[in-house]
Amino acid sequence: MTQKPLTERIDRHGHVGIDDYEAGGGYAAARRALREMTPGEVIDLVKDANLRGRGGAGFPTGVKWGFVPQGDAAGKGPKYLVCNADEMEPGTFKDRYLMERDPHLLIEGMIIGAYAIGARVAYVFLRGEYFESHRALEAAIRDAHERGYLGKDVFGSGFDLDLRIHGSAGRYICGEETALLNALEGKRAQPRLKPPFPPASGAWGRPTIVNNVETLCNVPAIVAHGAEWFRDLGLTDDAGTKLYGASGRVKQPGLWELPMGTPIREIVDVHAGGMQDGYKLRGILPGGASTDFLVEQHFDLPMDYGAIAAAGSRMGTGTMILMDDSVCPVDLSRNLQHFFAQESCGFCTPCREGLPWIEELLTDIEEGRGRPGDIELLEKHGGYIGAPGNTFCLHAAGAIEPLSSALKYFRADFEAHIERGGCPYRTGPVKRVGMGTR
Amino acid sequence: MAHIVVDGTSYEVEEGQNLLEAVLSHHLDLPYFCWHPAMGSVGACRQCAAIEYADEDDTRGRLVMACITSVRDGMRFSIDAPHAEDFRKTVIEWLMENHPHDCPVCEEGGECHLQDMTVMTGHASRRYRGTKRTWENQDLGPFIGHEMNRCITCYRCVRFYRDYAGGTDLEAFGSRGRMYFGRAEDGVLESEFAGNLVEVCPTGVFTDRPFSKQYTRKWDLQSAPSVCPGCSVGCNIFPSERYGDLKRIHNRYHAEVNGYFLCDRGRFGSHFVNADTRLRHAGVRDDEAVFEAGGAAPALEAAATALGAERVIGIGSPRASVEANFALRTLVGEDNFCNGLSAREAELAALTIDIHAAGGARIPTLADVERADAVLVLGEDVSNTAARVALALRQAARGTSFEMAASAGIPEWQDAGIRGHGQHHRSPVFIASVLPTRIDDIARETLRATPSDIARSGFAIAHRIDSAFADAGTKHDAFVQEAGTALLNAERPLIVTGAGCADASVLEAAANIAWALKARGSDPALLIASGEANTMGVAAMSASLSMDAALDAAASGEADTLVVLENDLYRRADAARVTAALEAAQVIVLDALETPTAEAASIALPAASYAESTGTFVNYEGRAQRFYRVFEPTDEIAPSWQWIARLAAAAGRNDCTWDGIDAVTRACAAAVSALSGIGAVAPAADYRVEAQTKIPRQPHRYSGRTAMRADVNIHEPKTTVDTETPFSYSMEGENTGGQPGSVVPYVWTPGWNSNQSVFKFQQEVGGPLRGGDPGVRLFDGGTANEGLAARFREAPEPPRANGGYRLVPSHALFGSEELSARSWPILERRRAPYLVLHPEDAERIGVEAGAGITGPSLGASFAVRTDEHMARGAAAVAVGYAEAPGPLPDDAAQLLPDPDFVPVDGDPNVIARG
Repeated sequence: MTQKPLTERIDRHGHVGIDDYEAGGGYAAARRALREMTPGEVIDLVKDANLRGRGGAGFPTGVKWGFVPQGDAAGKGPKYLVCNADEMEPGTFKDRYLMERDPHLLIEGMIIGAYAIGARVAYVFLRGEYFESHRALEAAIRDAHERGYLGKDVFGSGFDLDLRIHGSAGRYICGEETALLNALEGKRAQPRLKPPFPPASGAWGRPTIVNNVETLCNVPAIVAHGAEWFRDLGLTDDAGTKLYGASGRVKQPGLWELPMGTPIREIVDVHAGGMQDGYKLRGILPGGASTDFLVEQHFDLPMDYGAIAAAGSRMGTGTMILMDDSVCPVDLSRNLQHFFAQESCGFCTPCREGLPWIEELLTDIEEGRGRPGDIELLEKHGGYIGAPGNTFCLHAAGAIEPLSSALKYFRADFEAHIERGGCPYRTGPVKRVGMGTR
Repeated sequence: MAHIVVDGTSYEVEEGQNLLEAVLSHHLDLPYFCWHPAMGSVGACRQCAAIEYADEDDTRGRLVMACITSVRDGMRFSIDAPHAEDFRKTVIEWLMENHPHDCPVCEEGGECHLQDMTVMTGHASRRYRGTKRTWENQDLGPFIGHEMNRCITCYRCVRFYRDYAGGTDLEAFGSRGRMYFGRAEDGVLESEFAGNLVEVCPTGVFTDRPFSKQYTRKWDLQSAPSVCPGCSVGCNIFPSERYGDLKRIHNRYHAEVNGYFLCDRGRFGSHFVNADTRLRHAGVRDDEAVFEAGGAAPALEAAATALGAERVIGIGSPRASVEANFALRTLVGEDNFCNGLSAREAELAALTIDIHAAGGARIPTLADVERADAVLVLGEDVSNTAARVALALRQAARGTSFEMAASAGIPEWQDAGIRGHGQHHRSPVFIASVLPTRIDDIARETLRATPSDIARSGFAIAHRIDSAFADAGTKHDAFVQEAGTALLNAERPLIVTGAGCADASVLEAAANIAWALKARGSDPALLIASGEANTMGVAAMSASLSMDAALDAAASGEADTLVVLENDLYRRADAARVTAALEAAQVIVLDALETPTAEAASIALPAASYAESTGTFVNYEGRAQRFYRVFEPTDEIAPSWQWIARLAAAAGRNDCTWDGIDAVTRACAAAVSALSGIGAVAPAADYRVEAQTKIPRQPHRYSGRTAMRADVNIHEPKTTVDTETPFSYSMEGENTGGQPGSVVPYVWTPGWNSNQSVFKFQQEVGGPLRGGDPGVRLFDGGTANEGLAARFREAPEPPRANGGYRLVPSHALFGSEELSARSWPILERRRAPYLVLHPEDAERIGVEAGAGITGPSLGASFAVRTDEHMARGAAAVAVGYAEAPGPLPDDAAQLLPDPDFVPVDGDPNVIARG
C-alpha cells in the first residue's frame, strides 16, 4: 500500500486526468462509501483514522463531521460541505499543488465528505488568484459529471451531489471559516460570532462543514485502506502524511509529502537540501506566517501538532518559512505586520487599529525612529491583541505570534535598532514599505 | 432569575442575558460602543471587557467581552480589576489613533459617548505617532451631516440603518483600518428613519444637519418632555430650545411606544416653530380689510364684540391639545362645538372609537406590534401615515428568526447570529394597499387594490376565519386564503389599518377580521392609525356640530361668529364651502402659523405651538400623554386655552377662569367622561422631587445666562417662575430619574453626557422608566361584547366606472402633514404633489409619467406617476399638500393633462421614498 496517498499519482503522471486517476484506483473509495457504508460508518472511520484538519488548527475531522445534525434534527433545508481552498497563508502553496495536479482526489474526498454529513450541495471556496486550480477543478468536475460521479444518483447510489466552485474575491480573512461562509453568501467577509458554529448554523443558516483541501484529499485513502493503515503512516501520535513545504534561502525550496512527524531538521537538510551557501538558519515560522518562530533549539522536533504546540508554536499549514542570518528580524516582522494589518477585516478594534500601530512602531524602529519604550509598547499591545478572546477572531492572534516570538528570540536585534538609530542589516538608503495607502 | 457576583457584590440578573446588559440594568458603569439596547450584541468594539472568574478561588480570571458573555447563576466577574480597566483604556487608545481632536468644533461635543467613555476609561495622553487617516465626507441630504474622520468603526450605523430599519443605501465599505460608512455616492439617505443615525452614532459622524445650522451645545439646551405632533402614534420626544428657537428634537425613550427611535417627520418636522410665518401678534382686520397687528387689547376688545353675537360656533382641531379644544367647547357650548375633523375624518374617528369600544381586540402598543407573530396590514400605508409603526412591523417580521435561533441555542442578544441563522425567514406579514409601500420587502404577499376592493378582501378574510362573519366576493382568493390561514395559525395576530384610505369599509373589514380571530379563540390585536396627533382626543369629546354643519351655519348667517382653533379649515372641507363660511361670519382664528384660514380671519390671535405650551394628546392606542412647554413664547404668543380664557373674560363671561393648565385638564376630565383619565397622565404643577425642588428644564451646566442677552442688557433677567408645571426655567432642581416618567425633561447622569445615559433612567435595560412609562390608556379594546359578527354585514359594492376616475388618497411622510410640511428641512425633502395612475389610464388621458395632470375637482395640478399595479379607473392622489389640502371628492373625477405643468423633481416613478 502506498506511503504517499496524496501525491503518488502526481509523481507518476504530473497532472492527473480522470483516466489516470481511475486507473490508479480512483473513485473506488467513494463508490464503496456511497454504496456500502452508512454515513455514520464513514464518520466513525474518519474519527478512527485520527485525521486532523490540515488547514492549520488540527481539529479532528471525524469529530467535526459528527457535529452535523442528521435526520429530523437537521430540520428542513439543505446541508452544505464547503472546501476551504482560500489558501492565503504566506509561504503556503500545498493546496494549490493538489488542486492543480490531482483535482479528482479533492472531488472524491468531497463526495465522501458530503455523503457522510448528508450534504447535497458542496462548494470549493477557491482563492481568487488560483486560476490554474480553477481551470483544473472545472475540467475535473465536468469529467466527473460525465461519468456520473457528480450530479444525480452518484455511482447509482441514490445520493445526489452538486459541486460548485466559488471564486473568492481575495481576502486572507476568507480562510477563517465563518468569514468564508459570509463571503460565500455574498456578504462582507468578516468572521461570525461563535456559537453558533457552522455545523449547527453555517452557510445560509444551515448545517455546514468547512474542511481544508488537504484534509479532504486524505479521505479517499482512509476509506480505501482503512483507519489503522492511515494511523500507521505517521511517525508520532498524529496520523497520516503531511504536505510539508519550505521557502527561504534553502537550496531546493519546495513541497514534499512525508510521514506526519518528520523532524524539522530532516525537512530542511534532506528534502530542502539545506541552506544556500553562506547563509545560516536562524529561525523558522513552521506553519506559515501566523505561527511563532522556532529557533535552533527546536530544529530536532518532529513536525506534528503536539510537538510544535509544546514548543510554543503551531504546525499550522506545515509549510515553513525559513529566516536566515541575512534577514533583519525587525524588517521581517514589519513586513508580516504590514500584511496582517492590511488583511484585517476591519471589524474589531484591537485588530483593525492595533495592528497598524504595531506596523507603525516596527517601521519606526526599522527606519531609525525607534524610541526607548517602543519594545515594551509592542509587547503590551501585542499581548492584548494576541490573546485569543480579546479580538473577534484569531486573525490578530495569528498576526502577533511571529512578533511576540521574534521579540523573545531576537530581542537584541530590536534593541540594537533603537540604540543605533537604524537597522544594522542595512547599508543603503532606507526604503519605506509601510501602509502607504493610509 | 440568576445571581452573579460583580466585584464582590451579588446581583440578581436574568439567566442567559449578556453581562453588559445585566450590569447596565443594575446601573453600573461599563463602557461600550457597538452594543445597542435595541439591536443586541455583535462584539465588534471590544470595549466592554470585564474579568470572568472560574470560581471563588480563581484570582486571575480571564478577560471576556461583557456584551457577548451569557450570564448564568453563580458566575463571578469584575469590572474594576486593573487588567480589565487597562484593556478598556487601551481600546480607547486604539480608537483614538485616527479620531480627530476636534471636540471643540464638533457637534457631538458635550454629548459624545466617545468622549464619555474616554474619560471613563482614563485614556488621556496620546502615544500613537502615526498620521491620522482622513476621509472625504458625503452630502447625505438636508437631514444628516457626515464627518467620517470621526468614525470609530462601531458598525452601529449600518446595523441600525440596514438590519434594523431595512434601509439599503448606507453601507460599510472597505476593510482593515480604512472602513468607510456612507452611500455608494453622494445623495439623500432614503430611509425615513435616517435621523436616528444622529443618536445611534456614538460620536459625531452622523449629525443633525438642521441643528448644526443653528447649533447649541447640549448643556445649553433647555428641554422638556413632549409628544410628537406629527401623527397619531404619539412618539415621546425631547424638543430643545435656546435663544427662543426650537433647536432640535431628540428621542424620549418610552418602552411601550417609540422605544429608542423616531421617524424623520418627527425629528425634523418641528422647525415650523421657528418659521417666519408664525403668528406673533394679535390683529384685527379693519374696515378696509387691512390687517392691523395692534396688540392684544384691541383684538380682545373686537373679539368681545364678536362673541356677543347670538350664535357663536367653535371649531376645534385634532392638532390642538385636549385642553385647548375643551376650553373652546366651554366657551361656545357643546351645542355650538365642532371637533374640527372633516366629515370623513369624523366618521372614521367615531367608527374607530366604536370598534374599540365593542372590544374583542387588544389595541397594541408598538412593543406589542413588535411581538406580533402574524400581521395583516389592511389599506394603511403606515410608512407614510404612522411611520414608527412601520419600523415596529419590521421587528415583528423578525419573530420567526428569533424562534429559529432559540431552538438552535443562539442567545437572543446575538444579533448577527440570529440574522445569519434566520436568513430570509420571516414571520408572515401580508400587506393590502393601494400603492406599493416601503415595507413590502418584509411582506409574504402583497395585494394592490382600491380601498373598496381591499375592504372586500378583508371581509372575505374574516369570513374565511369564521363563517359567522359576512363574506364578500373578491378576485384576490390566494391572498385571502394565505392571510386568513396565517392569522388563524398565529398566537398573537395583528391587524393594522387606519384612516389613511378615508374609507370606513376598510376599518369595518379590519374589525371583522380581528373579531373573527377572537371568535376562534385567538388573542388578536387591532391597530387603527387614527390620523393626527390628537384625532382620538377630539373624537372622544362630544360635539354636536359636524364640520359641514358648522360651516353651513356660518355661511347661512345662522351663526354670526366662528372661533377657529388651530385649524386650517381648507384642509377639512370643500374650498367653496369654507370660503363661504369665512366670508359670511366674524371669524376669530387662534393659530401658531399663518394659514389660509387665518388669512381670512377678522381677528387673529397668535397661539403657542406645542413646544411653547402644555397639554394632552391622545394617540391611536387611546393613550393620553402630556406634553410640556419647553420655553416661554415671545411677543404676544400665548397658549390657546389662555387666549380663550381671555376672550371669555373680555366678553364678560365667568365660566372660563382657569388659573393654569392643570385647571383646564381637571375641568375637562370632570366634564368629558371619555377623557376622565387625563388628570392622572402626569403630576400636577405642585409636584416636587424628593429634595423638594422643581425639575429643571436646563441641565446643570447651562451656561451664558448673562452673556446670552448681553447685547440687550448686561443684567441677567430674573428667571420666569413656572407656576403651571413641575418644571423650572432654570438649572436649579433635580432630574434624577426617580420622578414619574412623564416629567423627565432630558436624560443626563454623571459620566454619561450622551443619550446613552437613558439606561440610568430605566428600571432595566429596555424596560420601563424608573418612574413608570408615561401616559394613561383611556381605552384598550377590553372584553368582547356579544354579537360582533352582526355588526358589519355589508361589504362595499365594487364601484362601477362611470366615465371618471375614482380618487383614492395617498399620503406622503414629507408633505401630507400640515405642521411638519412647514418645517424647512421637511420642505427640502418634500416632492411635488403627485397623482398615480395605471399606465394604460395615463395613456388614455394623454399624460406620461412626470407630466402634469389636473381636473375640475382637484383644485391643483399634480405630477403624474404611473404604477402598473394601480387599479384601472382609479387615481391615487397626494393628500394634505398645501396646493390641494382639502378632502378628495367622493364622485368620480375628470382628469385632464395640464400642458403648463412644470415638473419639479426627479424620477416620477419613485413612490413613497419618504
